[in-house]
Amino acid sequence: MSQAGRIDGGLIDRSQQIKFRFNGKWMRGFAGDTLASALLANGQLLVGRSFKYHRPRGVFTAGSEEPNALVQLRDGAHQEPNTRATMVELFDGLAATSQNHRGSLEYDLLAVNDLVSPFLSAGFYYKTFMWPKAFWEKLYEPVIRAAAGLGKLSMQNDPDAYDKGFLHCDLLVIGAGPSGLMAALTAARSGARIILADEDFRPGGRLNAETLEVAGMSGADWAAQAVAELSNMPNVRLMTRTTVYGAYDHGVYGALERCTDHLADSGGKPRQVLWRIFSKRAVLAAGATERPIAFGNNDRPGTMLAGAVRTYANRYGVTPGQQVAVFTNNDDGWRTAADLQAKGVNVPVVIDSRDKPATLNLPGVKHIAGEAVMDTVGRKGLKSITLTNGKVIPVDALAVSGGWNPNVHLTCHQRGRPTWRDDLCAFVPGGELPVGMTVAGAANGSMTLASALAEGHAEAAAQLKDIGFKAKKSDIPDAEDEPRDCAAFWHVGESKKRAWVDLQNDVTVKDIKLANTEGFRSVELLKRYTTMGMATDQGKTSNIAGLAILAEEAGKTIPEVGTTIFRPPYTPVPIGALAGRARGKDFRPYRLTPSHKWAEENGASFVTVGNWLRAEWYTRDGEKGWRDSVDREARMTRQSVGICDVTTLGKIDIQGKDAGAFLDKVYSNTFSTLPVGKVRYGLMLREDGICYDDGTTARMDENHYVMTTTTANAVLVFRRLEFARQCLWPNMDVHLISTTDGWAQFAVAGPNSRNLLRKVIDAEHDISNEAFPFMACGNITVCGGVPARLFRISFSGELAYEIAVPARYGNSMMGVLNEAGAEFDAVPYGTEALGVMRIEKGHATANELNGQTTALNIGLGKMVSQKKECIGQVLSQRPEMNRDDAIKLMGFRPVDRTRKLIAGSHFLNKHDPADMDHDQGWMTSVAYSPNLGHHIGLGFIKEGHARKGEIVRAVSPVHGVEMDVEIVSAHFVDPEGERLRG
Amino acid sequence: MIINHPLLGPRDAAEFVYLGDASLIDRPDWQDEDAMDQFHAYGYLRDNPAGEHKELWYHEQGDRSWLVVTRNTLTHEITNVEIARDVARARGRDK
Amino acid sequence: MRYSGFKVLWQGLTGNKGWTRAWREPEPKPEYDIIIIGGGGHGLSTAYYLSKEFGMTNVAVLEKGWLGSGNIGRNTTIIRSNYLLPGNEPFYELSMKLWENLEQDTNYNSMVSQRSILNLIHTDGQRDAFVRRGNAMFLAGADAELVDAAQLREELPFLDYDNARFPIKGGLFQRRGGTARHDAVAWGYARGADSRGVDIIQNCEVTGIDIENGRCVGVQTSRGAIRAKKVAMCVAGSSGRVAAMAGMRLPIESHVLQAFVSEGLKPTLPGVITFGAGHFYVSQSDKGGLVFGGDIDGYNTYAQRGNLPVVEDVCEGGMAIMPMIGRARLLRSWGGVMDMSMDGSPFIDKTHIDGLYFNGGWCYGGFKATPASGFCYAHLLARDTPHPVATQMRLDRFMTGNLIDEKGVGNQPNLH
Repeated sequence: MSQAGRIDGGLIDRSQQIKFRFNGKWMRGFAGDTLASALLANGQLLVGRSFKYHRPRGVFTAGSEEPNALVQLRDGAHQEPNTRATMVELFDGLAATSQNHRGSLEYDLLAVNDLVSPFLSAGFYYKTFMWPKAFWEKLYEPVIRAAAGLGKLSMQNDPDAYDKGFLHCDLLVIGAGPSGLMAALTAARSGARIILADEDFRPGGRLNAETLEVAGMSGADWAAQAVAELSNMPNVRLMTRTTVYGAYDHGVYGALERCTDHLADSGGKPRQVLWRIFSKRAVLAAGATERPIAFGNNDRPGTMLAGAVRTYANRYGVTPGQQVAVFTNNDDGWRTAADLQAKGVNVPVVIDSRDKPATLNLPGVKHIAGEAVMDTVGRKGLKSITLTNGKVIPVDALAVSGGWNPNVHLTCHQRGRPTWRDDLCAFVPGGELPVGMTVAGAANGSMTLASALAEGHAEAAAQLKDIGFKAKKSDIPDAEDEPRDCAAFWHVGESKKRAWVDLQNDVTVKDIKLANTEGFRSVELLKRYTTMGMATDQGKTSNIAGLAILAEEAGKTIPEVGTTIFRPPYTPVPIGALAGRARGKDFRPYRLTPSHKWAEENGASFVTVGNWLRAEWYTRDGEKGWRDSVDREARMTRQSVGICDVTTLGKIDIQGKDAGAFLDKVYSNTFSTLPVGKVRYGLMLREDGICYDDGTTARMDENHYVMTTTTANAVLVFRRLEFARQCLWPNMDVHLISTTDGWAQFAVAGPNSRNLLRKVIDAEHDISNEAFPFMACGNITVCGGVPARLFRISFSGELAYEIAVPARYGNSMMGVLNEAGAEFDAVPYGTEALGVMRIEKGHATANELNGQTTALNIGLGKMVSQKKECIGQVLSQRPEMNRDDAIKLMGFRPVDRTRKLIAGSHFLNKHDPADMDHDQGWMTSVAYSPNLGHHIGLGFIKEGHARKGEIVRAVSPVHGVEMDVEIVSAHFVDPEGERLRG
Repeated sequence: MIINHPLLGPRDAAEFVYLGDASLIDRPDWQDEDAMDQFHAYGYLRDNPAGEHKELWYHEQGDRSWLVVTRNTLTHEITNVEIARDVARARGRDK
Repeated sequence: MRYSGFKVLWQGLTGNKGWTRAWREPEPKPEYDIIIIGGGGHGLSTAYYLSKEFGMTNVAVLEKGWLGSGNIGRNTTIIRSNYLLPGNEPFYELSMKLWENLEQDTNYNSMVSQRSILNLIHTDGQRDAFVRRGNAMFLAGADAELVDAAQLREELPFLDYDNARFPIKGGLFQRRGGTARHDAVAWGYARGADSRGVDIIQNCEVTGIDIENGRCVGVQTSRGAIRAKKVAMCVAGSSGRVAAMAGMRLPIESHVLQAFVSEGLKPTLPGVITFGAGHFYVSQSDKGGLVFGGDIDGYNTYAQRGNLPVVEDVCEGGMAIMPMIGRARLLRSWGGVMDMSMDGSPFIDKTHIDGLYFNGGWCYGGFKATPASGFCYAHLLARDTPHPVATQMRLDRFMTGNLIDEKGVGNQPNLH
């Protein structure tokens, strides 16, 4: 296809030709083109279909506000739906396809919607599709869903990488148009650290799109000169292709930099970077967005915003047509006529809704004043327009200007409400702006070039002064105060045809009138009922006109109807960029135990426990399934000795004169009376009297305790202890430090544990039962002088110890322990065998201490001392938490010993119905006990101990399983606790 | 948000963990006759103001200080940041 | 006017000129039997069921903004009854049954879509907890379905089964769960209540609650004083502010929850999917946008906006389980103010002041509760006794210790 739409000039590089594909058809453009400009150059006016009626649509704007020209960019896993053709830089080999049509773009089967549009008025779906009831999910909704939506996801994992970073600056300038460049120059010359960000790949904003001069040169040249100066300054970070998309609290801004989107291949570099910019001050210089006027069939391809037509002509050397009419309600539209004419494009007529003389004197251009366009002809491209005076004018393109809206979006992100300015017929920033932000240029309603430059300078200077910089006196370059008069004119009342307000979502003037009739009279209700402004452009070109039409219908002024505020992001941000590197295995960091390497080398399977990876079991040759390994580990530990890395338990070092008194406050039981060299089990409550955490705490010295917490609560307990220490008892002499990562700790359990440890612990330390009895602790050395700690505590119920060495020795220690244990057939065991043995012993862990149970429930009611103050003591006495029929932790075994218990089963009395009123409790944990030869379980059941021996039903409807179980003691193995004292 | 730590200067709020109303410092006396009522109010009832709010933040990714931050719940403006231990002492926590 | 497909056709053929307003815009009367403060989802459903089920029509709903401007207008539209505890599950199951008949009941298509909700399971402990929950749901008459990873892979092939940091081990489905068109729920209830005579008064802010001799007798509003025999607070998100007018301190903190929607996409997700190792839940609207959310920001606030760390955290959760959404773009984010209660469960109760009632504390689960909340509140207002499924949702439960703490995190609202 030839570039029939190409005209002279522009900021493109005609020496660099680029080939690209649209819907499979090869086309050519130039470096510096966008996909939209290249499509127009190739005469491709039809580029997409609208959301609801599947109307043919063409490029409508030249910026990120584009409602029509959304394409699927790239192929395969790189396919990217809903990409604005106006923001895509052309690159060699680019492939784009149009979207939202069934069949080809030219012959879309769903265009039938347009024919039946009378039945598809605003909100029609709320009034029908209700009968028969079952048809919604089965028929109506699938049909609606298939027709709705826009582009398609590839359904493949996003192959690109995204990075994140932090930036800091004194002044952030958002937008590199005339006011932004002027603000940046002013600030940069003062020495302040500045960031200048612009969404475009070429800084300059409207300067690149206009023929207006600055300082005696073309606007684009002046912008290039300013950019050159800024680029050479060390205190300036100039960020092109970077959209500041959100204004957050305290001067924090979110920005998306598109690093490789303009390249055919990212070359392994991150596709985009999400920046969090911490600014002391910010100047918003985001410019303004032109808006259309609603008239009959105002959506045909070839109808464009007047400013966009000018952009395509001046910046890209492209025209959408050869006979271009202009329809405007303001002076600015006239410049489109002038610029096109200067480029040799025929402009037969300027229709100005204002009854006043021509803004510009353009020979050969007919001026029709006080009239409007009320209809158009041409299904896939404009053929003619019909005026309110009945005149039909043949044209192939129409440039429309309904005035300009300041880009106030970021000023609303902290819920500031814009205020109406009658002279501009637009909202300008108002209410409370985000802290530290001021607004300059067109974004602030200063629409002329000269005023934008002056305001950019002034706002930057004022901001700098606030933060201690002195702006050098910069000359504000000469520029024009071009005419910008505008008269409110929103829609052409004479039009009988559908007149679009929101192009993408197909909201017409009639829809807005209907919404008003039906009582949807707040602007928010209007939006929600008609979907106006809810499309991917967030209503950038449609909201104000919709509001104005609603105001007109309701007989109110626009400010009375109110405005909707804009929410972040300014333009849509890929979810992949917001997630950054935190995906796949890198979603969260892994914590590895000190003996991880040893475990890997010795056949361990690993399990995720919070962020930790722990050995779950160690597979030996010949073992066919995990149960073989786990059964062996549990059996061998009870028969001889087993070794388990328990480093993941939280460890908190507690020192100070008041350490014991402090522990008495935070534990429900007493620790101040614990003798030095002894360990005690401790139960910690929340202030609401519910069990929070448990563990053992050892008194190493008069003023020195070492606490252990559960793995899951290590961080939380430490946080709470610090709260208690700093906020509740601030005068206690007590200090805390987490040593979880400092010590590698191993459980050595089983009848041979002492024999094993004797081989490892240096001989001068007597660990005989007499010298080092159950619940003893002490500092020792191992392997010839390595400092270590030894605790005689038992989770398995066997004679057992936990031994701790500095973490750096952890992996070696695991090896040493296993080697020393070889003569006893020692086994390393993982979390599964640990779990089996704790269930056999009836110890509560996370499934029982689930944040809903009390000390009474888990059978430790007596541990809540009533003689001293502790966290949770008072509220644990509330009546409903102390009911006679409270649930209690019990053991359970299947009456038919061959059956497998299910954790999460609920208990029901023998002959009760299966409903919530008869629920007796639930099974918390189950395991196969290799030592008993059948399944065992722990669980909570009403009245607990009183029912020992009773048979109840354990039901699990999600498995369709029900069985009889016997209520027994939770202590399945060695109930008297003789082994651990041996 | 940015919290101006009294010892460390301005810090991203993401370094902190939030707890709630600074009245949580004023833990009642367990031996008072109406201790249950007091603990109920302490544990469960909140002023929850729309406006200035004194609240507890913990610098978990930093120096582990608990801070009392005075912040407006309508605008998020922070007007004061104090070390919670100093506040607790000033409020007469005696142990 | 009764809505139907035939009506839509007839109006289409006659120029859509015959549609009438969906509700009146009445001036407030000097006195009502019942005043409901708050024209959000729960207030409107309360008015609807009062008028329809209990024959009480001398009722006004006072809304400070536009009807439906509460959290019904700013949520992620999920409906489900997959709760664990007896204080909650029967209530939410009643809600589900009301959802299932809502369109036929209100003659308004609120697009209740039972496309299923899935909670993913990542650890054995989590599976145990979900089995317990699924069984509790069965005992309450709801549905639940436990699936393993192989079944999931078949049904939802796009989840990350092979490279996930927290491996997907299975899930708990509630097939009857799904979504509804949130605004339409409010509109359907409003239209139904209005047609039965309830006055829905928009732009009418309550500025004071009149209490005489320990009895509530009416309210002061921006449109004058209105008397009432009973006054019903129903302003979740603003409960603290309104209750303060009656001198009440509540077991509630106000927090912001952000929600997110992507650009429109062709059908991508069949139902609601919830991540079990981070905090992320997502569904796809009929219009095509992925609607998703995660944790609350975590600090007290009444500002309807949040901050970046949570935005990023939520998207990380999304990419962690379905990395195929990376190239979908986040279109819009917004924040809603939640009544975060001290145990994560709501209140439907009388207050200590005669004639003053309270409904709130919905945390971020209020939307799915909309029908049952209105139904049970109407029951309480009409009969002065709690509905049988809402007997535990009392304001005094922290005094008695009868907590409804589904997550088991205690009296810290931002953890629920």
